[in-house]
Amino acid sequence: MSAVYARRRVVNVIALGLSGLATLIGLIFLVWILEITVQHGFSAMKPALFTKITAYQADGGLVNAIVGSLEMDLMALLICTPIGVLAGTYLAEYASSTRLGASIRFLNDILLSAPSIVLGLFVYVIVVLPMTELTHGRISFSAFAGSVALALIGLPVIVRTTDEMLRLVPGTLREAALSLGVPQWKLTVQVLMRAAFSGILTGVLLALARLAGETAPLLFTAFGNNFMTVNPLNKMASLPQTIYQYTGIADAALNAIAWAGALLITLFVLALSLLTRIMFSRKKVSYE
Amino acid sequence: MNDLAAATAAPLTGASPAKLKVRDVHFYYNGFHALKGINMDIPEKQVTAIIGPSGCGKSTLLRIFNRIYAIYPKLEAKGSIELDGENILDPKFSMNRLRTKVGMVFQKPVPFPMTIFENVAYGIRHHEKLSRADMEIRVEQALRSAALWDEVKDKLKQSALGLSGGQQQRLCIARGIALRPEVLLLDEPTSALDPIATGRIEQLVEELKHEYTIVIVTHNMQQAARCSDRTAFMYMGDLIEFDNTEKIFTKPSKKQTEDYITGRFG
Repeated sequence: MSAVYARRRVVNVIALGLSGLATLIGLIFLVWILEITVQHGFSAMKPALFTKITAYQADGGLVNAIVGSLEMDLMALLICTPIGVLAGTYLAEYASSTRLGASIRFLNDILLSAPSIVLGLFVYVIVVLPMTELTHGRISFSAFAGSVALALIGLPVIVRTTDEMLRLVPGTLREAALSLGVPQWKLTVQVLMRAAFSGILTGVLLALARLAGETAPLLFTAFGNNFMTVNPLNKMASLPQTIYQYTGIADAALNAIAWAGALLITLFVLALSLLTRIMFSRKKVSYE
Repeated sequence: MNDLAAATAAPLTGASPAKLKVRDVHFYYNGFHALKGINMDIPEKQVTAIIGPSGCGKSTLLRIFNRIYAIYPKLEAKGSIELDGENILDPKFSMNRLRTKVGMVFQKPVPFPMTIFENVAYGIRHHEKLSRADMEIRVEQALRSAALWDEVKDKLKQSALGLSGGQQQRLCIARGIALRPEVLLLDEPTSALDPIATGRIEQLVEELKHEYTIVIVTHNMQQAARCSDRTAFMYMGDLIEFDNTEKIFTKPSKKQTEDYITGRFG
């Protein structure tokens, strides 16, 4: 009897040790990445980053890239949020147990893991090339095209979380509303969306965090720009793409600016994650 | 067919006229025969309890009375259920109309994620256009009828999710009666509540029966004995016995009923 217990205790210690070790390894790398980013980025922080444009190169800053990133991220959200929330709603409320629904979910998961460079090329073909042709070359690469590419990154995230959050709402809530004679669409918009609101919002913020760090989709779409612009039909600079450019050049000053940019993105994404955490934990509604 | 069916239903002794006439109702879950020809007359403005072991079909029967089953695919009801002479199983009977006439309260309290006031006003607003003042009166009436007004009158603008379980369930009853239905279906309304909250709901049922026809499904035999006028005992998709509650619990005419109420099975 005690031999059995002793064996179990040993196995338990080994299992605990191994899983703890694995966690530790993961955490070490995470902290390491953060540490390096903060260390290099922090020492490169200077006021000029927020006042000067990239055209001045080593003497310049990142202000046009910061503005460009914010603008394109926001436009991308404006494109993918309505589509994603509606599609997720369709999946959860109208197609939850149909074969069509299952196929759409599967395709959405593929989109979720599609290489972002492919999405960039796709948008190059369906937005940039036709625009160039239509305007005889006056408009080619544009912030708008960049936003579309980023929207494709965010879309599947929003579809998926909306779908999952709505399916978490208990069926009895649906029955209760329907038994009052309320039609399906009112039930969905006025009751279920409200019950799942914080979850859906979390999905939108996650999508933002995800697309804010993307470089590849912007290479053939927004292209980049050394000057300040807010016109969505112009080529536009972005933080990730500027970082990509500056790290490829053997110039310590430019490399430093790239680190600063990397830190800015990291802080932005970190802030978004914290925000979603706070929101989700505070507004969580329990029906149990 | 109908005469025969009526004959098999228990005779009504001292009962009011039938509000719901259930005739030869069969129900199929994805092909499974869950109700096997139910016939019963549910008397107006009385409390009818449906008891029976798990899986006997009592909730299934209740869920046909407002056709809530119809929101799920592959469920099918056959036969007829007349509400004041009209067959509610007829597809031509509008769902909207049916659900204003037949309200339902569920096992677990499910308040909407809105304020207490909105929870009650929500259903009304869908069916009637009322001025603000009229709406306030209607909401107050409903909350008073559900014996909840005194507890919530100072916090109507707060979220309903902050109420206790018993209060939430009374809110759901208020929400149901705010539409002024004729029939109120209660599907094990106290199974998620503590004894004190249960007592309040039972007392409420006693008061509400003066205005509404109430059908209550319960797995709790004492509850059926305490608060119903008539009791139906169901077993394996059949209605075994349907009679005055006192008779069912003192001298049932069927062996199966006796076995169940004396605790020999179920």
